[in-house]
Amino acid sequence: MDLLLRPFQYEFFSRALLVAMLAGLLCGVMGVYITTRRMSYIAHGLSHAILGGAVLSYVLQLNFYIGAGIWGFISALVIQFLTGRKIYADAAIGIVTTASFALGIAIISTYRQFTKSFEAALFGNVLGVTPNDVWVVTCVTVVLLALVFIFYRPLLFWSFDRDVAKVHGVPVLAMDILFALMLAAMLVTTLQILGVTLIISAIIIPASIARLLSDRFGMMMIYAAGLGAGISFVGIYLSYYFDVASGASVVLLSTLVFGIVLLWTNFKQRRKRRAVDSHLL
Amino acid sequence: MEPLLEIKNLACGYQAQPVFTHVNLKLYPKQLSGLVGPSGCGKTTLIKTILGLAHPWVGEIWFRGQKLQPGVSPPKVGYVPQVETVDWSFPVTAEEVVMMGRYRRRNVSPFPSKRDRQVARELLYRVGVEDVAHQPIGELSGGQQQRVFIARALVGEPDIVLLDEPTSSSDLRVQHELLHLLAELNQQGLTILLSTHDLNSVATHLPWVICFNHGIIAQGEPTEVFTPQTLEQTFGGEMVVIREGDRILIASSLSTLRHRMQDNLPSILRQTH
Repeated sequence: MDLLLRPFQYEFFSRALLVAMLAGLLCGVMGVYITTRRMSYIAHGLSHAILGGAVLSYVLQLNFYIGAGIWGFISALVIQFLTGRKIYADAAIGIVTTASFALGIAIISTYRQFTKSFEAALFGNVLGVTPNDVWVVTCVTVVLLALVFIFYRPLLFWSFDRDVAKVHGVPVLAMDILFALMLAAMLVTTLQILGVTLIISAIIIPASIARLLSDRFGMMMIYAAGLGAGISFVGIYLSYYFDVASGASVVLLSTLVFGIVLLWTNFKQRRKRRAVDSHLL
Repeated sequence: MEPLLEIKNLACGYQAQPVFTHVNLKLYPKQLSGLVGPSGCGKTTLIKTILGLAHPWVGEIWFRGQKLQPGVSPPKVGYVPQVETVDWSFPVTAEEVVMMGRYRRRNVSPFPSKRDRQVARELLYRVGVEDVAHQPIGELSGGQQQRVFIARALVGEPDIVLLDEPTSSSDLRVQHELLHLLAELNQQGLTILLSTHDLNSVATHLPWVICFNHGIIAQGEPTEVFTPQTLEQTFGGEMVVIREGDRILIASSLSTLRHRMQDNLPSILRQTH
C-alpha cells in the first residue's frame, strides 16, 4: 500500500496528476466537437500557431495565457476567413499555422535564452506546473464545461449542419466565434502541460474511443471526459514507476486503450452478426 | 390571395459570376411546386437565397407581406438539404435530429425537454419512421433518412418547407413514397417548394412546376409548361414529349424514349386503367 501511495508524497506529483486529469477531461470533451466536425487538423495546427503567440508574449513581457490566447483566437478566425475564398480549409490551416510557428522559431533563434521554455512548449512539462497553473487550468475547465452545458443544443446543431441550424434560428456566426474562443482557451491552457506535439492525442484519442463506444453525441462527451481524465491519471501515475516521460506515458496508454476498445467493439459486432446469421439460417 | 413568399427581381452569384438574374416568383399558401432544371442551373442557390444562406446581389424577398433582410432566414420555414451535404457518420439518432428542429421553441433548459421528445416522436410517426427513433442517422436507409429530415423541417411548425433535390439519390419506389408523403402534407395545408432535375419520375407528378435555368424560363401546370420548346430552353437540348391524357413522358432523344417506354410500358398501362 505504501508503495502504491508513494508518488503522492511529492506535492509536485499530486499537482501534476490533478492538472493532467483536468486537461484530459477538457481535451476529451472538446475533442468530441473537434473529431465529429473533422477538425483534428485545425487543433493540431492551432497548437503550433499558439507557439508563435507564446513566444511573442514572452518577448513583449505579456501574460502567457492572455498573449497566446489572443494569438490562438485570431489565428482560428483568420483560418475561418481564408477558408472558402478559393482556399481549402487544410491549406488555410497550413498557411496560418506554419507562418505563426515559424515566427515563434525566428524569435527563439534571435533571443536564445529560452530554449528550455521552448522544449516545454513542444513536449509539455506536466511535472513542472505551478499552483498558479493549477488555478488557471481549473478555472478554464469550469468555464468551458459551463459553456458546453449552456450551449449544448445550438453547438450540437451547428456541428451537425451549420446551414440548417441557421435556418432554424441558431446564431451560427456567434457559434463560430464562441467555438474559436473555446478552442484557443483550451489549447493555451493545456499547451504548457501536454506540449504542442502531444496535445493532439489528448484531443483525438479519447473522443475516438468514445465514438467506438457510442452513437450518441451526449454519451460520447461523457465517455470522452471520463476517458481523458482517467487515462491522464493512470498514465502519469504509471510514468512514476516505469520512469518514462509523463506525456509519452499518457499518449502510449491512450493508444493502448484505443486498440483494446477497437478490438472489443469489432469482436462484439462480429458476434452480433453471427447471431443474426444463425437466426436467419 | 396574398402570396406567402414573393421574390422580386432577385439576382445572386458567387465571386463575380452571376448564378441567376431577374427572378420574380410568387408562392401561395398550400401550393406544392417543383423547381425544375438541370444540375448547376442555380436551383440550390435560389433556395439558399430564399433561406438567407446566400446574399442576393439585388432584389427583394417578401414573406407573409414582410420584407426580409438579406442573409436573414424567414421566421417559419423548414429546410431539407441535399443528402450529399450531410455527414451521415455524425453520432446522432433520428430522434435527436428531429429535436434539433425545435431550437426556436426551446425552453430555458440546455437539453431537450420531455415535450421536445414527445413532439419529435409524433413527427416521426407522422412521416412513418417512428420505429427508427433511437437508431443512428447513418444506419437508416435513404428513404428513412429523408423522412427524418422532413420531420425535422416540420417540427418547428413551418408555413413553408423547401426541399433541395429530395429524391436525387433514391430509387423509384422511395421517390414515389416521398412524393406521396409530400402530397399528403400539402393536403394538410403545408406550402412546399422542392427542386429536382428529374423530369419523369418527379416533376410530372407535381401540380405546379417552375422551369429554371439561371432564371425562370416558364411556370405553370406540367401539362402546359412541359413543351419541347420550354424544355429545350431549360435543359439546353432537344426533348421529346409524349402526352397520354394528363400523363406526360419526356426523354432527351427518341432512342432514350423508346428504351424508357419499353421499361415503363407495363406501369404506364396500369396507371392509365
